[in-house]
Amino acid sequence: MIKIEVNMDACQHYGQCVFEAPNLFALNADDKLEYHAEADESERDNVESAVDVCPMQAIRIVE
Amino acid sequence: MSAGRPVLIVGGSMGGLRTAEALRRSGYTGPVTVIGAELHAPYNRPPLSKDVLSAGVTHEAVAFPARAATADVEWILGSQAVTADLDNRSVSTDDGREYPWSALVIATGLRARRLPFPPIAGRHTVRTLDDAMALRQELSPGTRVVVVGSGFIGCEVGATARKLGCEVTIVSPSAEPMVRPLGGMLAAELRRRHERHGVEFRLGRSVSELLGDSRFEGVLLDNGETVEGDVLVEAIGSECNTGWLADASLDLEDGVLADTALRAVPRNGTARDDVYVVGDIARFPNLMFDEVPRRVEHWNIPTDTGKRAGAVLGAWLANDGSFADIAAKEFAPMPAFWSNQFDVSLQAYGLPGLAGDEDIRILRGELCGDVAVGYYRERRLVGVVGLGFKTELLPFRQEIAG
Repeated sequence: MIKIEVNMDACQHYGQCVFEAPNLFALNADDKLEYHAEADESERDNVESAVDVCPMQAIRIVE
Repeated sequence: MSAGRPVLIVGGSMGGLRTAEALRRSGYTGPVTVIGAELHAPYNRPPLSKDVLSAGVTHEAVAFPARAATADVEWILGSQAVTADLDNRSVSTDDGREYPWSALVIATGLRARRLPFPPIAGRHTVRTLDDAMALRQELSPGTRVVVVGSGFIGCEVGATARKLGCEVTIVSPSAEPMVRPLGGMLAAELRRRHERHGVEFRLGRSVSELLGDSRFEGVLLDNGETVEGDVLVEAIGSECNTGWLADASLDLEDGVLADTALRAVPRNGTARDDVYVVGDIARFPNLMFDEVPRRVEHWNIPTDTGKRAGAVLGAWLANDGSFADIAAKEFAPMPAFWSNQFDVSLQAYGLPGLAGDEDIRILRGELCGDVAVGYYRERRLVGVVGLGFKTELLPFRQEIAG
């Protein structure tokens, strides 16, 4: 299991993570980010890509 | 290939880091060395004009996370490349060391351009973390800040300083702030929003002289007007760090020319499988738009080019027959950029700067509120910029990708 943490104070809801890991991140009807705090190990590459593309660098994998 | 020699990445910022990570992801397990001019491990630059100035955050808060896969990459920080010898595959640095390599990644990025005046105290730029921390020391309520340059960095610094209670004047030869990437309509609207927060502009003006003998006291403009100030921020764009490549027979017309696989293209025209260019200084064709090689200074480009170069180089080093296919894959990264200025959250996709002012129109919303603006070239959507809007931009992003 991978544990995902998003700093919601830093998050600006730009939604770039949604393109990289659509199973785990989404923007809701109010343009706010929603995400799964846990993911299967098979999603690691996608989660790392989501971490990479976040302009606010608000996403973190908790090891 | 030169057995035992490392892949040498020159440039210790985001592009260099992403290339190293992509090399490891490709399966390459050999040595990787990164040479970085700054003493800091790679960090995220967008907060430099915002949180670093307003909240004084540390390197730790902006550093990119270190990953297990790249733990054995050797980082030589505080060292600058001075020459590159592509024939003998070697780079020398300012501390007199020689670095032989099996493959070279050029990731030295940009430096802030400076005004052509003598050095005095109170002059600042915002390119590195140390720059931003030094500027922060000088900003307090009531400080008179003169920003020269009205691009994104100048406007973000102006907004942040204003929020800190500084008096801010932005001086620029442009007709409107951020007009080159955004076009006249949106640029004028952003100026109005800045003005409502008390930022003053001197547009269509350049600086003739700096006032002050040992310490900055103001600027004399080309129309004879004096703008007094305590702090000067020079945000007049950047220059490519290509000096160390002067003897390398590469095409250094604007950055370093690369092909769609990010292989460096020498002046004789044949791309080199062992030399790659990533990040802000890579001038490469993006087939999403056309075959014209361009440098793109958007935040996503170091990551996209680093991942691409790392994958192609990894295949070349693996020597397993996969190289030709991987190098021939289409590479068409979606340019994306963001900005926060006062309560404005700006998000953009594509290359809006390709459109002429007559080919810009509102797609959704109203200019004075949340708005999405479309940028067309030959009737094709090439860029979209949103103020406030987020998910509303996604169908247009899709349309730009084609």
